[in-house]
Amino acid sequence: MISKSLVVFFTASYPTPEMTVEFMLCSAEAGADVIELGIPFSDPVADGKTIQESYIRALRNFRVEQVFEIVRGFRKECEKPVVIMSYYNPIYRKGVGEFVETAFESGADAMLVVDLPYDEAEEFIEICSKVGMGNVFLAAPNTPEDRLRAMDELSTFIYLVSTYGVTGERDEISPLAFKALKRVKSICRSPVAVGFGVSRPEHVRQLTDAGADGVVVGSAFVRLINEKGGDAVEDIRNLTERLRSGLG
Amino acid sequence: MKFGEFGGRYVPEVLVPPLEELEKAYSELKNDDGFRNELEYYLKNYAGRPTPLYFAANLSREVGARIYLKREDLLHGGAHKINNTIGQALLAKFMGKTRVIAETGAGQHGVATAMAAALLGLDAEIYMGAEDYERQKMNVFRMRLLGAKVTAVESGSRTLKDAINEALRDWVESFENTHYLIGSVVGPHPFPTIVRDFQSVIGVETKKQVIEAESRLPDAIVACVGGGSNAMGIFHPFLSDGDVRLIGVEAAGEGIETGRHSASLSAGSKGVLHGMLSYFLQDERGMMLDTHSISAGLDYPGVGPEHAYLKKIGRCEYVAVKDDEALKAFMMLSKLEGIIPALESAHAIAYAIKMASEMSRDDVIVVNLSGRGDKDMGIVMERIA
Repeated sequence: MISKSLVVFFTASYPTPEMTVEFMLCSAEAGADVIELGIPFSDPVADGKTIQESYIRALRNFRVEQVFEIVRGFRKECEKPVVIMSYYNPIYRKGVGEFVETAFESGADAMLVVDLPYDEAEEFIEICSKVGMGNVFLAAPNTPEDRLRAMDELSTFIYLVSTYGVTGERDEISPLAFKALKRVKSICRSPVAVGFGVSRPEHVRQLTDAGADGVVVGSAFVRLINEKGGDAVEDIRNLTERLRSGLG
Repeated sequence: MKFGEFGGRYVPEVLVPPLEELEKAYSELKNDDGFRNELEYYLKNYAGRPTPLYFAANLSREVGARIYLKREDLLHGGAHKINNTIGQALLAKFMGKTRVIAETGAGQHGVATAMAAALLGLDAEIYMGAEDYERQKMNVFRMRLLGAKVTAVESGSRTLKDAINEALRDWVESFENTHYLIGSVVGPHPFPTIVRDFQSVIGVETKKQVIEAESRLPDAIVACVGGGSNAMGIFHPFLSDGDVRLIGVEAAGEGIETGRHSASLSAGSKGVLHGMLSYFLQDERGMMLDTHSISAGLDYPGVGPEHAYLKKIGRCEYVAVKDDEALKAFMMLSKLEGIIPALESAHAIAYAIKMASEMSRDDVIVVNLSGRGDKDMGIVMERIA
């Protein structure tokens, strides 16, 4: 799924389900290789202010089923992979089996559950594997080797968190990221995408030069939508193209 | 480690190693003589343990059973919270951490954390929902006097749950030098176990004291439940005494039927938040609901996972008491006994009064008086003016 790839994150149903599909399509057309679609959550402890704000606004009219509608809408026009990102509770509340099956039937390729480490995820992993849904696990700079090996076995790709902190734009990639990337690449066979704080073409270039198979950009896109709502389409296209150029 | 299906460690991957470090340190230290002696020293000479078990003769005469109050309100800081904060602050220090962070609702845990941090020379930062920050100004001032930084959290419902979110965000960045000193039997493993162990001193003392006073175990123990730490603390040493009824009292707020309450065991459903699988007040999408209670300390949409387990296996009973019933009990205890309870504890007293009317005059009820009511004067004045 991942090879010199740009992964772009959008908040589902923000500002509307239809606009989310439009953002995803326009970003894919401009060079995004994978779309990460985030389910808004009331208590997002891994996210910074930008994405949290988008969740709060999205939740006013949000139904979980809209996520599946968005994936279907996107899938009609585009084949590129979609990863559904969520906190565990909305999935648990709906029923893990029903959620994963519906998501897969809608056309999603993998799931990334931020607060579900693999060793709490036995039932979840089993269901995904039965349905054919991929899993993306998060690794952090402090993840020990035995855990990296375990998630390597289970992952479609590994999402390496660049630093200690929450999502959000930062001026520079943390030196921790490069060290962690080297370590993770030496241990894991799965492709590794780096996220959190990645927002500029030079970040993308630095990380791919250092061996990242992909980069994930979220808050930079969500900020555009926080500022311009449905009028953000052209800005999203431009940002995607600029980030894409960083991949070389 | 889980309590049946409840509990667990549902956190972003970055927090797994610090939780494992904490689990390892705690399992080494809990039986270490040096650690235990130091903890006992501070609990006795700094916090004021053991606390009395007081026979409330006037209240008992009025309501019709023998009611004892476990006087956690007499502890330094005015609540049971200090048992846990001294324990965890010592743990943090033994682990080489230089800073503690904490969340607080009513402010009692924040104050107790600030005290323990000052005592042991640790930096402290306390997160508090902006709404609680407003309604508990005196406790904010106390924390500052004690040298802690207090941060008002403006996001979400601006109460305890959002303070926990913010503390978790801080911990993701700071775990290398910082211990998250969580204030109740909630959060990812091993926190619910650690906090319960540090609070179990309440139940251990109670057992000894009630046997001295009555030559038998009590018929019932009643304690309020927000996250549930004072209740777990007094219940735990009695869990294997099957004849002792253990009753947790949640906040029914304006009434369960109004939707404005904080009774997650009585009216919630299973879910995952703040690192644990437990009962929560949530909507059909899995989003957490706003909660309500006259008592900021009970204003949390979840409950500790061990309580969820004890409810499921039927060992403990969980009931809910409304704002106005708690307020009535608050005034009754003040007038009859000269003890002004925290509004949290007033929920337990209200239920004990209710129970007593259906019990015999010789039956013995112990109520955990988890804190004193000074912090609640503003709220009570508004309500009865």
